[in-house]
Amino acid sequence: MATTEHSTHQPAALSLYLLTFGMLMFLTLLTIFAGFQNFGMWSTPIALGIAAVKAALVVVIFMHGYSSSPLTWIIILASMFFLTIMLGLMLSDYMSRGWAM
Amino acid sequence: MATVGLESKTFEKFADVVGHDDDLNYLNHDHSVLSWLFTLDHKRIGLLYLVTITLMFLLGGALAGAIRLELLTPKGDFLTADTYNKAFTAHGIIMLFFFLIPSIPAVLGNFLVPLMIGAKDVAFPRLNLFSYYLYFAGSVIALTALLLGGVDTGWTFYTPFSSTYSNSYVIVMAVGLFVVGFSSILTGLNFIITVHRMRCPGLTWFRLPLFIWGIYATSVVQLLGTPVIAVTLGLLGVERTLGVGIFDPRLGGDPILFQHLFWFYSHPAVYIMILPSLGVTSEVIATFSRKNVFGYHIIAFSSIAIAVFGFIVWAHHMFTTGISPYAAMVFSLLTFSVAIPSGIKVFSWLATMYGGSISFGTPMIYAFGFLGLFTIGGMTGLFLSTLGTDIHLHDTYFIVAHFHYIMVGGAIMGYMAAIHYWWPKMTGRLYSEFWGKLSAGITFIGFNFTFFPQFILGYLGMPRRYYEYPDEFQVLNVFSTAGATILAVGYLMPLVYMPYSFFFGEKANSNPYGGSTLEWTNTTSPPSPHNFEKTPVVTEEPYHYHAKEAAVVSH
Ligand code: HEM
Ligand SMILES: [Cu+2]
Repeated sequence: MATTEHSTHQPAALSLYLLTFGMLMFLTLLTIFAGFQNFGMWSTPIALGIAAVKAALVVVIFMHGYSSSPLTWIIILASMFFLTIMLGLMLSDYMSRGWAM
Repeated sequence: MATVGLESKTFEKFADVVGHDDDLNYLNHDHSVLSWLFTLDHKRIGLLYLVTITLMFLLGGALAGAIRLELLTPKGDFLTADTYNKAFTAHGIIMLFFFLIPSIPAVLGNFLVPLMIGAKDVAFPRLNLFSYYLYFAGSVIALTALLLGGVDTGWTFYTPFSSTYSNSYVIVMAVGLFVVGFSSILTGLNFIITVHRMRCPGLTWFRLPLFIWGIYATSVVQLLGTPVIAVTLGLLGVERTLGVGIFDPRLGGDPILFQHLFWFYSHPAVYIMILPSLGVTSEVIATFSRKNVFGYHIIAFSSIAIAVFGFIVWAHHMFTTGISPYAAMVFSLLTFSVAIPSGIKVFSWLATMYGGSISFGTPMIYAFGFLGLFTIGGMTGLFLSTLGTDIHLHDTYFIVAHFHYIMVGGAIMGYMAAIHYWWPKMTGRLYSEFWGKLSAGITFIGFNFTFFPQFILGYLGMPRRYYEYPDEFQVLNVFSTAGATILAVGYLMPLVYMPYSFFFGEKANSNPYGGSTLEWTNTTSPPSPHNFEKTPVVTEEPYHYHAKEAAVVSH
C-alpha cells in the first residue's frame, strides 16, 4: 500500500534478514528432530508451536509487520481471529464426537 | 407514473443530463483489438468478463439441457451413467466457479465501483487485468479437463472418491479452480482497497450506494474464504499424487475433514453469489420506486452481517455425515441466525416500495422476480437447517430446488436486473423494453416450472445425482424438463435484443432511469475513458429523490 503517514518503510538491514532466515532453518531442523521423538499427546502441540513461531517471524520481519501501521495490524490480528473460528468450530465437531448422547 | 425507457422520457426532467452524444467515450476512443486485450480501463475489463462469462454460461446451459433431457424418462436412454455424472459435474463447476462467482462482481463491479465512488479507476488497474487473465487461464485449464474426458466427482469433490477412487481428471480440474480462485481473491482485494482509499471528496461510508456495500461485503468473503478452497484442493492433489494421508482413512486421514474445509469456503461462496444481487436489488428498487431506501444503514450492516455469519454455518451441509450431534445442534442454531439479515433486507425493500411512485421498467420486473424467488429459496433453507427435516431432505431433489431458487432465481435474476439496469450506461444504447419485459416474464415462468416440481420430487424421496428414477416420478420430471425449455427461451432472448440494441438501439441519455448515484448523475453514457470531467464532490446521501423531485416540481 502506498501510504507513508504511519509507516516508516526503512528497509531493514540485510543482516536482520539473514539472521531470520537462519532462525527459520534452525526451527525447521528442530521440527524434524522433534518429529522423531516420542512426546505422546504433546507431539502435535509441539510441532504446531514451532510452526507458529516460524509464521510469526515471517509476518513480523519478512512481511514488515514490525514497521506497519495499526490498520495493518488490525488486518493481521483479524485474520488470526478468523483462523481461530475455522479451527475452533471444526474442533467442536472432532472433540465432541465421542460424547454419549 | 408512466413506464421508463423507450416509451417515455418522463425521467429526463429529473436528471441533470451530462455530456453530448458524439463525445469520445471509453468504447470508441480506440478500436484496435490490442487496445481491448491489454486495456487497463476497469470499464473495458468489465466487458471482457461479460463476453467470457456469457460463453461459459452458454456451455453450462447446454450441459443443463443434457441433464434435463436425460431425466425426461425414467430409464437412462440419452446418456450413460458415467457421462451423466460428468455432465452434472461440469454443469455445476462451470456455472458456479466460471459464471456465477465472477458474474456481478467481475462484470458490474469492475464497471461500476470506480464510477459509483467518483474514482478514475480501481486501485490497481494492472492487477485487475491480471485477474482477468487468471480467470481466462483457469477457464482454459478447466475446459482442457473436460476435453480430456471430464470429471465425475460432482462439483463438491468429496473424498475419498475424488482422492482415491475416481479415474477422471480431478487434478487438472483442481488446478483450473485453483487458478480461477486467485482471480477471485485479487479482484476482491482490489475492490476492498479501492473502496477504502479512492472515494471522492464528501463520499463518506454512509453515503456509499448500497451496491458498493454489497460488493464490499462480497470482496471480504472472497479474500478470506477463497484461499481455504485453494489449499483444500491443493491437499487433495497432494493426497492423490503423493499418497500423503490427509483425507483417506487407510492413510490415517479423515474424509469428513475434506467436507469441513470444502464447505468452510463453499458456504460463504454461496454468499459471494448472492450478496452482489442484494446490492443490485437495493439500487433498482430505489430508482424505480423513486424513494429513499428504507433502512439504509441496516441494509448496509446486514450485508456485512451476512458475510460474517456466512462463515460460521458451514456444517449444515454435513448433518447426515456422522459429525458430532452436539456440533450439529450448534450449526443448526447458527444457520437459523443467518436468515435474520436476509429477512431484514426483504422487509426493508418492501417498505421502500410502500408509498413509492413505482414504475415497471425491465430491471424492476427482474428485481421483482428476484424478491419472490430469493424469499422462497431462503425459506426452504430453514427447512434444511432443521436437523430432523434435513435427515429426510438431504441429498434429494429438494436440495437441488433450494439452491437453484437462490442461485438461479435469486442471483441470476439479480444479475439480469443489473445488466438491464446499467446497459444504457455501459453501451449508451436503450434496449427494447418490450422484449426486455417479455424475457423477464418468460424467465420467471420457466424458472418456476423447472424448479418447483423438484421441491415435490425431493420431498417424495427422489435422490439427486442419479440418471434413472422410478416410474412414479416421471410426471413431475416432465414438468421440470418442459419448464427448462421455457427458461432457455427466456435466457436466449437477451442474447439477441441486447447485442442488437448495442448496434441499432436508440441512443440513451446520461440518466435514462433517473438514478441518483454518481454513475448516473456525473458521467456520460457511455462514460468517457477517464470517467469524470472533474472529480465529483458528494454532499448528500445516495438516494435523495424527495428533495430532488420537490425541486423539479417547484421550478
Ligand atoms: C442465500 C443464498 C444461498 C445459497 C446460494 C444457497 C446455496 C446452497 C447450496 C448450493 C446448497 C447445496 C450444496 C450441495 O449439497 O451441493 C445448499 C444447501 C443448504 N442450504 Fe442453502 N443457500 C443459500 C441460503 C440458505 C439459507 C438462508 C439457509 C438457511 C437459513 C440455507 C440452508 C441450507 C442448508 C441447511 C443446506 C444443506 C442441506 C443438505 O445438504 O441437506 N441456505 N444451499
Ligand atoms: Cu450452506
